[in-house]
Amino acid sequence: MAKNEIKYLTAIKQEKPKKKFCRFKKYGIKYVDYKDIEFLKKFINEQGKLLPRRLSGNSLKYQRKVQDAVKKARQMALLPYVTDLLK
Amino acid sequence: MNSYELMVIFTPVLSEEDFKASQKKYSDLIAELGGATIASNPWGLKSLAYPIQKKTTGIYWVLEFQGPSDINEKLKIQMLRDEQIMRHMITRLDKYAVEYNHVKRNGGFAMQDKEKQEA
Repeated sequence: MAKNEIKYLTAIKQEKPKKKFCRFKKYGIKYVDYKDIEFLKKFINEQGKLLPRRLSGNSLKYQRKVQDAVKKARQMALLPYVTDLLK
Repeated sequence: MNSYELMVIFTPVLSEEDFKASQKKYSDLIAELGGATIASNPWGLKSLAYPIQKKTTGIYWVLEFQGPSDINEKLKIQMLRDEQIMRHMITRLDKYAVEYNHVKRNGGFAMQDKEKQEA
């Protein structure tokens, strides 16, 4: 047993759930480019589906812009409609 | 005069000069129909996220142009007739989009990309 390892009866709650914020308002991003795949990948999960607002933390106005951009990217085969590999 | 952005996917079997020729053809067509091309950005051969017409790669071309609102209908007719084009999409750009493209072209996004990355 490592000397400095302290055993707790109950697991201490380490990380506080970090406060979600709408990155578009915070960084003043006004346009979601459907060609910018790396940025759009932040808003889709492994299956390529759109993340809901409660997970992505976007406000309604920008969530719709992201949704519109992702659908355009899917239409132009920049993003897959459905995939199972970890993107 | 609205500003639009056209993205086209050509068949991968297209040779280089055919690619250039069709780029020129459509740019001239836009100019002839009363529009003006602002920026042309050929991406070249890219692999598609899913096969289109049994092909897994395509040649991408992005063109930003301005024109009267009835220009898109004529463009669409030409593109649907052209069998070298697998898929095309014309999107209207609002003022934020135009400003975004302008800044991106002049390399103004080096800093902001980092912001987006760490966000």
